[in-house]
Amino acid sequence: MLRRPSPFLRAAMLLGFVFLYAPIVILIVYSFNESKLVTVWAGFSTRWYAQLLQNEQLIDAAKVSLAVAFSASTLAAVLGVLAGFTLARVPRFLGRTLFTGMILAPLVMPDVIIGLSLLLTFISLSLDRGMLTIIIAHATFSMCYVAVVVQARLAGFDTSVEEAAQDLGARPSTVFFRVTLPLIAPGVIAGWLLSFTLSFDDLVIASFVSGPGSTTLPMKIFSSVRLGVTPEINAIATILVGIVATGTVIYSLMLKRAEAQRIRAERAAKAQA
Amino acid sequence: MARPARQATHWGRRIVIAIPYFWLLAFFLAPFLIVLKISFSAPAIAQPPYTPVWDSWQAIVDHLTSLDLGNYAFLFSDPLYVGSYLNSLRIALVSTFITLLIGYPVAYGIARSSPAWRTTLLMMVILPFWTSFLIRVYAWIGILKTEGLLNVFLLWTGVISEPLTMHYTPFAVHLGIVYSYLPFMILPLYASLEKLDLSLMEAASDLGARPATVFWRVTLPLSLPGVAAGSFLVFIPAVGEFVIPELLGGSSTVMIGSTLWAEFFNNRDWPIASAVAVLLILVLVIPILIFQRIVERERRL
Repeated sequence: MLRRPSPFLRAAMLLGFVFLYAPIVILIVYSFNESKLVTVWAGFSTRWYAQLLQNEQLIDAAKVSLAVAFSASTLAAVLGVLAGFTLARVPRFLGRTLFTGMILAPLVMPDVIIGLSLLLTFISLSLDRGMLTIIIAHATFSMCYVAVVVQARLAGFDTSVEEAAQDLGARPSTVFFRVTLPLIAPGVIAGWLLSFTLSFDDLVIASFVSGPGSTTLPMKIFSSVRLGVTPEINAIATILVGIVATGTVIYSLMLKRAEAQRIRAERAAKAQA
Repeated sequence: MARPARQATHWGRRIVIAIPYFWLLAFFLAPFLIVLKISFSAPAIAQPPYTPVWDSWQAIVDHLTSLDLGNYAFLFSDPLYVGSYLNSLRIALVSTFITLLIGYPVAYGIARSSPAWRTTLLMMVILPFWTSFLIRVYAWIGILKTEGLLNVFLLWTGVISEPLTMHYTPFAVHLGIVYSYLPFMILPLYASLEKLDLSLMEAASDLGARPATVFWRVTLPLSLPGVAAGSFLVFIPAVGEFVIPELLGGSSTVMIGSTLWAEFFNNRDWPIASAVAVLLILVLVIPILIFQRIVERERRL
């Protein structure tokens, strides 16, 4: 009786999703608007996309963002796997509470604080501000997301498989690379993708720690948005949304297939036994 | 038993722990101490634009006995700063509450849906979270402007006869926060609602409780961990929000994130910016600690 959502809940869900998606849909529709005015529909056109391709500053910024996001997310994945493994598999060590705190705090810490504090740190280390400092900054907060995802994934598996490998004589590093890592691989991929998006999207922290010549795409977008809504920004927004949507769909399909494969393999193993 | 591997495990384990640990100490904890230090120093027209506070341990001891609290005194004496702290807290609190009101029924609806639907609906909640935050905030400008879509629509339906001013108002800031952080509210709520034991609710309703009573006396109390986690996940970053007040609030809504940004980038007053940051951390430290407690407890269950 209580199982199905009531009409009220259905209506709430519908409104909730309309609220979440309407602005994005409107943005996409108007990126194909011939008119420069946002509210007047003057027919379908791709002229803003063509104009986008000629905006070299924007393209340069996109290149910087891609390079930063790629390096930062890879670094974050490595650090995050180690941190997530520590959280899930090492119950006791000196300063565990501090460590857990340092993993969870960046998830909610306002960007302005992270940005300011890292900038002051880079200056006292006399590190030149540029792509490297943005990568370090992004890797630092992204690794916490990866750690949480990896820890959640590891918490779902008991240690028996790892112990079995160890009992059969595998060295700890072998156990990690041959048993643990394949188990958490979907979590690591998800964490890497999340880090990539977070880094590619970040405006505030990058603004603090970037130097001349390392303007990221969000910084570029932000400075033109301040001057008003332009169809060109709508076009780039549409491209970004498209990339994310495609990526998410592909990833979830991959996940579904991997899951089906795992179930099939398990069944086959059981049938053999 | 793999006894010989023991020693190796020990060292391997130490290295595994040490790498992320020291990274976070160096790039998360130490930066806060540096901010703290600079917040006590006087501004200077130099590069970097502040005077060093101390150079040796003796100097630290000397300084602790005579710390320069001038920057903090200045913050408290100027109503601009006090006002923007209070403003931020109020806006974040109201927005969190509205997010909860909208997010709860959505999360509950998803938790009650069939498993096949649940996966799709959850993905639809997560998808906007993966899309650029900046762009989602920007999307509202075109809707809220005086000549924007919402006004065009409302004028067309005849609800209003004059366009409303919505962009650059506190309303727009609240809307922006609710919109941007809604997925953060729905996901933890869903996680705790999905775990609910349906038989408890069935028992209550079999014993004659009306649906509203079942909700207030059984469902809601049991989902409180999710309510708390979601609320903190929205409230804490919302207090220090910069992009939303900047793009949607303009000068009508001064929040502490924008104040810090302006002190740093426009006034180039690093010590004051640092003092603003330290006070913001102090305001947020209790909510952050509670949030961590909740997450840790949830994990153990």
